[in-house]
This record gives sequence, C-alpha cells and structure tokens, in this order.
Amino acid sequence: MDKSGEAYWKATLGLLTKILVVWFLVSFGAGILFADMLNGIHLGGYPLGFWFAHQGSMYIFVALIFIYAKKMGEIDRKFDVHED
Amino acid sequence: MDLQTTIYLVVGASFALYIGIAFWARAGSTSEFYVAGGGVGPRVNGMATAADWMSAASFISMAGLISNMGYGGGLFLMGWTGGYVLLALLLAPYLRKFGKFTVPQFIGDRYYSKTASTVAVVCLLTASITYVIGQMTGVGVAFSRFLGVSSETGIYVGMGIVFVYAVMGGMKGITYTQVAQYIVLIFAYTVPAIFISMHLTGNPLPQLGLGSNLVGQDISLLQKLDTIVVELGFGQYTTTTAGSTLNMFVYTLSLMIGTAGLPHVIMRFFTVPTVAAARSSAGWALVFIAILYTTAPAVAGMAKYNLLATVNTAVTTNGDLYAADSGLEVAKQPDWMARWEKTGLLKFKDQNGDGRIQYYNDSGLAQAKADLAKAQKENGDIAKAQTALDAAQKKHDAAKDGKFTQAGWQGNELTVNPDIIVLANPEIALLPNWVIALVAAGGLAAALSTAAGLLLAISSAISHDLVKGVFNPNISEKGELMAGKVAMALSIVVAGYLGLNPPGFAAGTVALAFGIAASSLFPAIMMGIFSKKMNKEGAIAGMLAGLSITLFYVFAHKGIFFIKGTDFLPLIGGANPFFGITPEAFGAVGALFNFIVAFTVDKFTKEPPEHIQHLVESVRTPRGAKAVDGAH
Repeated sequence: MDKSGEAYWKATLGLLTKILVVWFLVSFGAGILFADMLNGIHLGGYPLGFWFAHQGSMYIFVALIFIYAKKMGEIDRKFDVHED
Repeated sequence: MDLQTTIYLVVGASFALYIGIAFWARAGSTSEFYVAGGGVGPRVNGMATAADWMSAASFISMAGLISNMGYGGGLFLMGWTGGYVLLALLLAPYLRKFGKFTVPQFIGDRYYSKTASTVAVVCLLTASITYVIGQMTGVGVAFSRFLGVSSETGIYVGMGIVFVYAVMGGMKGITYTQVAQYIVLIFAYTVPAIFISMHLTGNPLPQLGLGSNLVGQDISLLQKLDTIVVELGFGQYTTTTAGSTLNMFVYTLSLMIGTAGLPHVIMRFFTVPTVAAARSSAGWALVFIAILYTTAPAVAGMAKYNLLATVNTAVTTNGDLYAADSGLEVAKQPDWMARWEKTGLLKFKDQNGDGRIQYYNDSGLAQAKADLAKAQKENGDIAKAQTALDAAQKKHDAAKDGKFTQAGWQGNELTVNPDIIVLANPEIALLPNWVIALVAAGGLAAALSTAAGLLLAISSAISHDLVKGVFNPNISEKGELMAGKVAMALSIVVAGYLGLNPPGFAAGTVALAFGIAASSLFPAIMMGIFSKKMNKEGAIAGMLAGLSITLFYVFAHKGIFFIKGTDFLPLIGGANPFFGITPEAFGAVGALFNFIVAFTVDKFTKEPPEHIQHLVESVRTPRGAKAVDGAH
C-alpha cells in the first residue's frame, strides 16, 4: 500500500475506534455495567440506566451510523479515494 | 362488518398487493435475481432491510418477552440494534466494494480457497435454515389465530405467496414486496401502541409515554409498575436482569455479532449502487428498525400495567392489592380474556375457589399443585411431587411476610403466553376491528418478509456458490438464473416441510442461528477485511473451531441436533458451566475462540499470496466500486 493509502486506512481505523468506544459505552456501559448506578438519576419518569437499555442506546446507535457515514465521506474526499 | 370478515379483507388485500408487486418486479438476469440489479437507493434498501430483519419473533414475541423480563429484556433491544453499528462500520461498505453476489463468494475469493467458501456455505445454510423454520411456523401460527384456519393450511398459503414473488422476482421482487411489508407491519405495530399510550399517559408517543406520569396521577407509569410488581412478589420491573450481569453482557454482545453476521441481512447491502450508499443505508435500516424497537418496550411496560390493572382492580383505585374484593370477578372478565382463553394462550384456574382472579408470583405453588395432580392421575412419582409441593408451599407462605397466605391466596391463577401482549393489544385497548385486522396482516408481513430474505440467501448459496462456484463454473447466465429459481422453489418446499414438521426444537432455533452467524461468519468476514495477512488456513480453522464449540455448547444443553434425550450436560459439568453463560448467549464466546484459533494457525502457516493482499487493499478504498456482478 502506498503512503496515502496507509494514511487513509489509519484515518479510517481512528474513526472506527472513536465510534465503537461510544457504541460500547452507551450499551454495555450505561445500559448494563453502570445501569444500577445511573438508575439513581431520572429522565422524566425513566430511571437513567433503564432508559439507556430500553431506549437511549438505540437512538445513539442510529446517530452513530449517520455520523460515521458523514465523517467517512469526508475522509474519502480528503484522501481522494471517493467514488465519482 | 364482523371481525372475521374484516380480517379476511385486510389480509387478502395485503397479499394481493405483494403479488401485484411480484408481477411488476420480475427478474430477467442473475444480477436482478441476486442483487435486484444493484440500483436500490439507500432509503428503500434500508426499509427493505428492516422488513427482512424484523421477523415474526420481533413483531409478535419480543414485546411480550420484555414485558415478562423487564429491564433484562433490554438485551434484545440493544443486541438486535447494536449489531447494525458493527455491520455499518465493519462489514457492509467493504463487502459492497468487493462487488460480488454472496457472502460465501467473498470468503472463497478472499481466502483463495473453495474449501473456505464451502465451509461458509455450510455455516450459511445451517444458520438460515434453522431461522426459516421459525418463520414458517410463525406464518402458520398467525394464520390459525386470526383466520381460524389450521396452521397447516396457513403454511401452505404462506408458501404459495412467497413462491410467487420470490421465484419470479428473486431479490428484485423480494426488495419491493419487503418495502410494502414494512409499511404494513410498522403501521400495525404503532397504531395500537399510540392509542394505549394516549389512554394511559395522555402522551401519543409511546417512547415518551413510558416515561410519563399516569393520567390523573402524580406518579410515573414505571414507578407505579415497580411498586405493584414488587408487592405481587415479582422482581422490580426496571432493574431485574436476565441472569447475571455477565450473562446479560455476553448475551447482548452475541446478538450484536450474530446480527452483523447473518447472511440474509448482509446480502441486502449488495443491492445499493455505491459504497457510500451502503454506509448510509445501514443507518436508514436502523432508523426503520428503531421505530418498532423503541415502541416495543413501551408496549411491554404498558401492556404489563394494563394486564395487572385489569386483573387486580385495586391497581387503578390505589387500594389494597391484597383485599378480598381486589381480584377481578371471573364473571366480569372482559371479552378479550374469554376470547384468548379459547386459544390456550391465556389460562385461568380458580385455585382458592373465590370466583376471582389472583395473578402474582406464587413461588411455583400452582405449578407444583398441577404436577402433583398429574402424578396422581398418571401413577407418577407422587412422593417426589408432594415434596416439591411442600417446598413451594413453604416458600409461598413465607413470601412477602405471609401476606399472600393471609389474603387467602392459594396459588397464581392466571398464566399468560407472552405472545398475547402484541396480539391482544388492540382488543385490550378497545380499538376498532380494522386495527385488529391490521395486526394480523402485520404479523404475516413480518414472517413472510423474513422468510423470503432467508430463502434468497439459501437459494443463492446453492445456485451461485455451489452450482456455479464448485460444480459447473461454465454455466451460462441463463442456466444460472434457472438454477437460482429451481433452488428457490426447492428451498420453499423444504422450509414448508420443516415448518409443517418442526423437528421439535422450534424454540431453540433462532438462538442457534445467531450463535452460528456470530461464531463462524462474522469473524471470517471481519478478518478478511481488517487483517491483510490472514490466510486460508487460519480462516478455515477459525470458522470450524467457532462453529464446533458453539454447536457443542448448545447441543450439550438442548440435545444433539435438538433430538430429545441426547443432551450431555453431566459431561461438561452441569448447566451453563462456562461462567454461568447460557447457550443462547454463547455466540460471542464462539467468536472469540474463532479469532484466537485463526490468528494462532495463521502465525504458523504461509502468508496469503501477493494478489490477495492487493485485493484487501482495494476492498478498503471506495474508489473504483463497480456495479455488483457475480463473476468468479
């Protein structure tokens, strides 16, 4: 792989890591591991940990994919590997 | 118009629509048959993926399961949606760039080995066939419950409908019918939920309603629900986990990885025109899925509250739940209870003979009584049943400081099949007949759309990966298209046969499909993209290792190929021996094992040839993505 190819792949992996960290934190973190702790806080009538498990994670997942698609498009253009 | 006629009309109209679409979207080439010509826009593909993905289980059973499990049910919600993040980031765009028709074809080409693609075909067929059986039985169940025909007839009708549009239209026909099916099923799911949310909380959005106060009361729905269920001896709704926290963690991860590795879902991303479209299409798919998946927990919580409030009249009046007159009088039970009692999904037995219904956690007392009665009748082990009953009685009498016994309760009197939560929802909320009919059409749409997607995955693996890839590489396009249609027709017949004669393990099948997808296919595809040096020896060993250990663990619990009596738990040290992880949750462990074996074998074998490493580099960059063609 040439230099720009390597840089492109590195940028891609960087983005993936950031997104997967958030993905992990909201579901496995807030929804499971720290749910009990977060349940002390309330979001309307929802205990927060329960909300992450039954609602919040899913909204954030949706947002994550669109953010990924947008940022990835920017990286493609920056390294000039985008489709026409 | 009476209910039955309305249901026939609505379901009939939906079927006519699917067949109409089938005629309009006939497939004339292999590209249209396998990937709908590769020109499906990201939103349309997202919607079709949502219908493809959401099965009879999502539509009919999930809310009921969550209703029973409470907080722990969140593992289905997070697991089955979080997988799309993995799919979007790790697989879909790269497989689209690769530009071929099937998952085994990617594995075969990337690992320069027909053995690898054949192993992938075996994994794909096992996962998809076990999954499709569940859909076929789901079609039968939906028919028999709503249309009053036998479930056999239901399966034949379902097979007929799928046959028309899947054989004629392949992926093209399936894509556009799935769009129609999505619209039917999402409408059917959300309309009753909106009405129920309005009724209970005054908020028309169920997602907000679940977090709102009850109408006319100063207490939130969830808080009230927690109080009631705890008083009735159940675990708190908002905190009860599914097994240990570790099990919930691993179970969620298994569902996520399994979702991302299911071939019939991955395949849908071969139909979009560009790599960028594959990325955003996964987002759209999740939007359409999340509309149902964020409604489901609201339906679950509200239906639970509704059920408790119907059965125990003190719930709404904030009275004493244990009062003698709090239980619902049998004579006053609403119509829907009587109607669903006939189907056997709802069962009532007056244990204490007071003419009222008591619904609570009786520590297994009612079950122990029934077991004893059965043992006496059938000359079973009466002493053993009596000991169990005494133990249950003791637990029951001690529970809640003896409040149940003081109230004169002698065992739980109502058993509710989880499926009722969605099926009877419109009736519980007193909605008009057309809404009930819509739920019937929605349940069928969910089962049929998933069945069609699975059948396409199965038939394309046979016609493209086996017939063209292995046995007859020189087959003409026309010949392959014919082979695809014949394979599709045969798959429908086999799926129908298995649906009519389920091998006695219908319940375990879906878990197995996820386990296989997670432990074999997902790691192989992911390493194929992210590890340039992964070679064929590593990938094949990994797939076989992941698959075997998962099957081993599942079969140990449920019997070899689910044949009763062949389970071998003592051999592995009792149930859930691996850190208390249940067989349903084991896929992630299988995947980890796959990765470890693959990297170890890879270390000691030859690295992949130069041109394969170039292939991986080209898969990683979007430029030069061409229309999907199946050329080997």
